[in-house]
Amino acid sequence: MDLTIQHFIALAPLLITSITIVVVMLGIAWRRNHSQSFLLTVAGLNLALLSIYPALKVAPLVVTPLLQIDSFACLYMGIILVSTLACVTLAHAYLGEGKAGYPGNREELYLLILMAAAGGLVLVAAQHLASLFIGLELLSVPVYGLVAYAFFNKRSLEGGIKYMVLSAAGSAFLLFGMALLYAESGSLGFSEIGKAIAATGMPSPIASLGLGMMLVGLGFKLSLVPFHLWTPDVYEGAPAPVAAFLATASKVAVFGVLVRLFQISPAATSGVLTDVMSVIAVASILVGNLLALTQNNLKRLLGYSSIAHFGYLMIAMVASKGMAVEAINVYLVTYVLTSLGAFGVVTLMSSPYSGRDADAMFEYRGLFWRRPYLTAVLTVMMLSLAGIPLTTGFIGKFYIIATGVEAHLWWLTGSLVVGSAIGVFYYLRVMVTLYLQDSKIQRHDAPFNWAQRAGGVMLLGITLLAFFLGVYPQPLLTLVGHAGL
Amino acid sequence: MILPWLILIPFIGGLLCWQGERFGPTLPRWIALLTMSLETILGLWVWSTGTFTYAPAPGADPTWALEFKLQWIQRFGISVHLALDGLSLLMILLTGLLGILSVLCSWKEIQRNVGFFHLNLMWILGGVVGVFLAIDLFMFFFFWEMMLVPMYFLIALWGHSSADGKKTRIYAATKFFIFTQASGLIMLVAILGLVLVHFNQTGVITFGYADLLKTKLSHGTEYILMLGFFIAFAVKLPIVPLHSWLPDAHAQAPTAGSVDLAGILLKTAAYGLLRFALPLFPNASAEFAPIAMVLGLIGIFYGAFLAFAQTDIKRLIAFSSVSHMGFVLIGIYSGSQQALQGVVVQMLAHGLSAAALFILSGQLYERLHTRDMREMGGLWSKIAYLPAISLFFAAASLGLPGTGNFVGEFLILIGSFVSAPWITAIATSGLVFGSVYSLIMIHRAYFGPAKSDAVYKGMDGRELIMVLGLAVLLILLGVYPQPILDTSSATMHGVQQWLGTAFTQLASAR
Repeated sequence: MDLTIQHFIALAPLLITSITIVVVMLGIAWRRNHSQSFLLTVAGLNLALLSIYPALKVAPLVVTPLLQIDSFACLYMGIILVSTLACVTLAHAYLGEGKAGYPGNREELYLLILMAAAGGLVLVAAQHLASLFIGLELLSVPVYGLVAYAFFNKRSLEGGIKYMVLSAAGSAFLLFGMALLYAESGSLGFSEIGKAIAATGMPSPIASLGLGMMLVGLGFKLSLVPFHLWTPDVYEGAPAPVAAFLATASKVAVFGVLVRLFQISPAATSGVLTDVMSVIAVASILVGNLLALTQNNLKRLLGYSSIAHFGYLMIAMVASKGMAVEAINVYLVTYVLTSLGAFGVVTLMSSPYSGRDADAMFEYRGLFWRRPYLTAVLTVMMLSLAGIPLTTGFIGKFYIIATGVEAHLWWLTGSLVVGSAIGVFYYLRVMVTLYLQDSKIQRHDAPFNWAQRAGGVMLLGITLLAFFLGVYPQPLLTLVGHAGL
Repeated sequence: MILPWLILIPFIGGLLCWQGERFGPTLPRWIALLTMSLETILGLWVWSTGTFTYAPAPGADPTWALEFKLQWIQRFGISVHLALDGLSLLMILLTGLLGILSVLCSWKEIQRNVGFFHLNLMWILGGVVGVFLAIDLFMFFFFWEMMLVPMYFLIALWGHSSADGKKTRIYAATKFFIFTQASGLIMLVAILGLVLVHFNQTGVITFGYADLLKTKLSHGTEYILMLGFFIAFAVKLPIVPLHSWLPDAHAQAPTAGSVDLAGILLKTAAYGLLRFALPLFPNASAEFAPIAMVLGLIGIFYGAFLAFAQTDIKRLIAFSSVSHMGFVLIGIYSGSQQALQGVVVQMLAHGLSAAALFILSGQLYERLHTRDMREMGGLWSKIAYLPAISLFFAAASLGLPGTGNFVGEFLILIGSFVSAPWITAIATSGLVFGSVYSLIMIHRAYFGPAKSDAVYKGMDGRELIMVLGLAVLLILLGVYPQPILDTSSATMHGVQQWLGTAFTQLASAR
């Protein structure tokens, strides 16, 4: 097929991101400079973000059989780019300036994050198993390097290797599943697969197995139970901004493609697969929340809580009709905002890099009396994760419950209620720790002027947004309302 | 425009208190006091100018004394819809009054982080006022959950751990939060169920009270949705066996927290039953009434027995609340106008008397630094005024004629007797146990041999004004309750009609 200017406009976010990768790489080759790489990255990401607007004008547009740029893809591209921007900003604060901070080469981190973001952009526009796989690997491979970026820290290296091995295993499952699907339907396009399955009425055992194995592969990336074992270790080991990226951009992209796959071929979700997904949802909610109860490490706790949150999202996935896609979109936006905020606080507390991250709970004890506004940020984020009104997390949870009730999924809705009740316990534990009397242990805090730096300003912005959307969610709902599939 | 201001004043006042701490610890107290006074004055002004013959009733669109509506979330037909009738006004007046008292009673008790404390206190009160005014179900739920957070902070940060150190204040606060949050989510599921049923019938998605009242529900659906609402209110009221957060939260909370919990927060549940659960699901409620009344009966006796067994004075008062709320529950489900009017008086009277008892035990704690009654005794002659005033409120709590509690309990019992003679007869004997635990509290704390020779400071002007004011109000309520009854009568008449019709239908179906 011919590529016209229209197609290039539609692809602009991806193209600009890719060009930025090259520019940043050449920049590093020319002159190593932390601020220069950072500024180039930010400029590129912002341009890519702006280019979504013209892309939206030409959407929906099929660009080669591999990619489909529609409003859904644009929304997810926006989420990925915004969260990448946020992670990059946090990384700049984390790596530090001058002598203080990260001792190794700082610039490559931006390169890796940009590549992973490009992979995410491919993934959310994918409508073909080939582009799904390309996108997924482009997203995952740089992340191995990112997780192990602080490689002289044992945990970081361990996390990186663990993520690599398990991710490769997940990819193997994914490929096997794709092969089975291809054998059954004779095509790799989502819609063709959907038609082939729909033609037979119920998915055949081979097709079911293929889809199931793909679900396993994607479930690894989303850390759904029982494929969640890597999550806490990797979250703990990864440098805080990278953990933020893992929790937000990476997961959103994978979930986006999962939604598209199952929405384009709805027959795929019928039969035994629905039951499998329901079990995965309930298991993720309960296991994630229960294991989070005893954590004394904030990053591990957030890791387990993200398992539970993707369990909630699976409820909407199982519902798959009515408000489901809208609910998933809203929930993902609120989840991304909240996770960025929570990891942002951890990052700023650990900035500039000094050997290990400030992620133990005791380091946050009495933070309110030392850094009141940073505490306010984390408080809002914890309340939002717990889904309490006045924060955006409540709107997300409201949507998921509404979807569950609409689809009469009583068991799943019930497990959400139970899961939230358990969840409240550990979110409150974190929250109240912040306000307890100060312990007198030596620790390092966020720098005094954190709120005047880019990372701090962004964090305050996210907090205000999380609060504003909790009180007046209509703008978000309008935005998301245009982004259905 | 007055209704949103009733909600906004405490929220804004709270923020001012928080920032006011920069100028010393006294300023937040005065700001908080002014805020709550303003709230009360505004409430009284509405009372004096409004006509309270308008109230929701079956068969027509609800009418209100005051109403305010603003679009909020168009996607779901959610609006900022506030409305006021006699019942909500009385509850708001109670909130304002107890708000003033909770500021006053923490004047000396709270010395740490005064600004943040008052921020939380004001926000609780703002949330409660929101619950009393909201008639959009989403908004109601919004305030219902929102007031938990400041309450959590109040208990967790300024509370007292129990003497043996087993139950910390954080434990109590977390338990309170989880109980209410989980039951709240069940209510949210029921609300959404109701909204979707309404959507399937009419094609209009809305959370508005007036629209949802018209929803036609099948028998099974109505019953299940009613249970969803009932569970949330049962936790907050509380009804045995969902009460176990209450004694912990009360005992561990600072005085102001206990006053708000017992005085106002428990009333939000009774209000919710009267405003939402009964009118929205009258048939299921009528069918459920015998069970609810038996639960109330269990509450009366269970609360009374456990109150008797307590050694911690605040836990004793907490369990007495369980007992009193049992009467309220029986009254609500009796379906008679008299009993419903009694419920209103009982709620106000219990709010005043429980608040007074908590304030008094707070004052006792400030002097003795213990709440354990085994370490008290013989205090009658050692603290000026306090024991005698305690005796008065203990007597009020056991329902002595001349106090508001008597009027409330009497009306509830006489009203329920028609429809449920057996339950009423048994409930009446619960009053005897009420006198037992009230008097044993006085006996253990103030009579008997003295445990130490220490002489304690008498009550100062602030402390006296608080409790004497409450005593005067309680006597006024007991001697001349007519203004209150007039204000709430239209609302209660509506509720009675909903439930009465349902009872008749149920009787003819059997």
